[in-house]
Amino acid sequence: MSHAGLPRLEPAGIDGWMIRLFGTIEENNLLWLTALTRDCETAIGAALVDLVPSYTTLLVIFDPLQTNAWEVRAQLVDILARLVPDDAGGEGELHELATWYDPSVGPDLARVSERSDMTINAVIDAHSYQEYRVFALGFSPGFAFMGLLDDSLICPRLDTPRAKVPSGSVAIAGQQTAAYPAVTPGGWNLIGRTAARLFDRKRDGFSLLKVGDRVRFVTVDRHTFENEGGDPTPMAQPAKETRT
Amino acid sequence: MSVGITPGFRVTRAGPLALLQDAGRFGVRHLGVTQGGPADLHAWAWANRLAGNEWGRPVLEITFGGLELRAECDLIISVAGADLSARHNDQPLPLWRSVKVGKGEKIKFGTPVKGLRAYLAVAGGFSAEPVLGSVACVAREQLGGFNGQGQRLAEGDELSVTTPSRNSSASIQTEAPQQEQPDYAAPAILDLLPGAQIADFTGRSLFDAFNAEWRVDDRADRMGVRLTGPPLHCRIASMISEGISLGAVQVPSDGQPIALLNDRQTIGGYPRLGNLTPLAASRLAQCQPGQSVRLRAVGAEIALQKHRQFVNRVR
Repeated sequence: MSHAGLPRLEPAGIDGWMIRLFGTIEENNLLWLTALTRDCETAIGAALVDLVPSYTTLLVIFDPLQTNAWEVRAQLVDILARLVPDDAGGEGELHELATWYDPSVGPDLARVSERSDMTINAVIDAHSYQEYRVFALGFSPGFAFMGLLDDSLICPRLDTPRAKVPSGSVAIAGQQTAAYPAVTPGGWNLIGRTAARLFDRKRDGFSLLKVGDRVRFVTVDRHTFENEGGDPTPMAQPAKETRT
Repeated sequence: MSVGITPGFRVTRAGPLALLQDAGRFGVRHLGVTQGGPADLHAWAWANRLAGNEWGRPVLEITFGGLELRAECDLIISVAGADLSARHNDQPLPLWRSVKVGKGEKIKFGTPVKGLRAYLAVAGGFSAEPVLGSVACVAREQLGGFNGQGQRLAEGDELSVTTPSRNSSASIQTEAPQQEQPDYAAPAILDLLPGAQIADFTGRSLFDAFNAEWRVDDRADRMGVRLTGPPLHCRIASMISEGISLGAVQVPSDGQPIALLNDRQTIGGYPRLGNLTPLAASRLAQCQPGQSVRLRAVGAEIALQKHRQFVNRVR
């Protein structure tokens, strides 16, 4: 935590504090953020309403009828003074997401391959080779922003988002990758589909992925993908990218 | 505890947007699940109180009107919030008070006269299975509502209610005090608690933010309400995405503020002037497009005090 003026506590309404820990996105941020989140849960207890960690910050929401901003501020100052980051080795649950990379469910594979000047197989290898960390959840329930992507795969968002992205779609944009938990609009490049159930209202904890978790996309063939419950319905192919 | 659940209403006409709302969905925002709950906390809380319910019972949020219901049994209801030309059979339905509705009688909402959202509570509360701890209906997330899938009311729906406990009817306050019934057509002054990026706006923009008349745009829904007026300039164009709390007033690069309400996305990356207080966000949610509002900077202590006083009056 070496940035000037950080960490900092910023007011976020009558029931919230924004704890700003960092100024830039780094994987090591997560070690501090997961530790801070846990410490806040313990210290604030029953008056705690929500904790929203994201990349460089933790938003703390409390019940303004049970406590107040000044009491919570004192608690947070105390927590920050004693904060010890999580261990770099073992932290974060590892998830292996069975993923079928195929142009029929990953209609942007060809575009990514062209942009990166790699074969489609090389794109798949590069994406599935690496382990990713979950930096934030948002956009829709269970949607995990993961990174950081290998430089060779960096590809901007689509100019025009799709109105409907099928659930399970594995996607990349900028330095990040994600899998869509439900059918939503979406502007990321679709390169495959996972059979994993990312958000399940009947599961304890609901979301498969949480901030700080580690994720590996494991290449499977169509047969295995379907056996694990994946939906192989092909996507309409994108309109050809217009070149000017 | 055993409670009876009976059919309370049949939807005979759905109207544009009627949603079931309890206080909201809490403890799951770190999973990307939004808060939901009533856009106007004030009117929602009074509707429950006037129906003899405790805080938090599920209530119908009726936006723009158009909803028509037929009572399936004898009920005590209350409607608070916007004047949507509501009628009880062929008579105007009085707002901000408890009303007896007999089996087979009709409640019809027309078009907005003042405000946008009316809250219909029934003694005992509407009954639905909670999803992720709440029945708050969020269509975008397919969560909550009567069937758990985030669906707005549809024609033919049967709306279950929880039978009120016998001692609750004795404690019913039958009418809300006059000062609790806002004139939604009047220009609104919205209390805003300044946030961290306030210093990154230019001096001129800070003056404008708190002195200009802001016009409520028609781009407004339960996610947020856009305000139009003098463009505000901020030295920060965008930020790394971070959690967004209720009432946050974000300013994208076009300089036109957006006040974020109950169904906002959980994280975002625009600089913010600060947060509207929950009561100010409630008040904004009743503003029709074209109405004008002003922002007023408020200190944390006074804002908290006002909020606690409101809860104590209605709880």
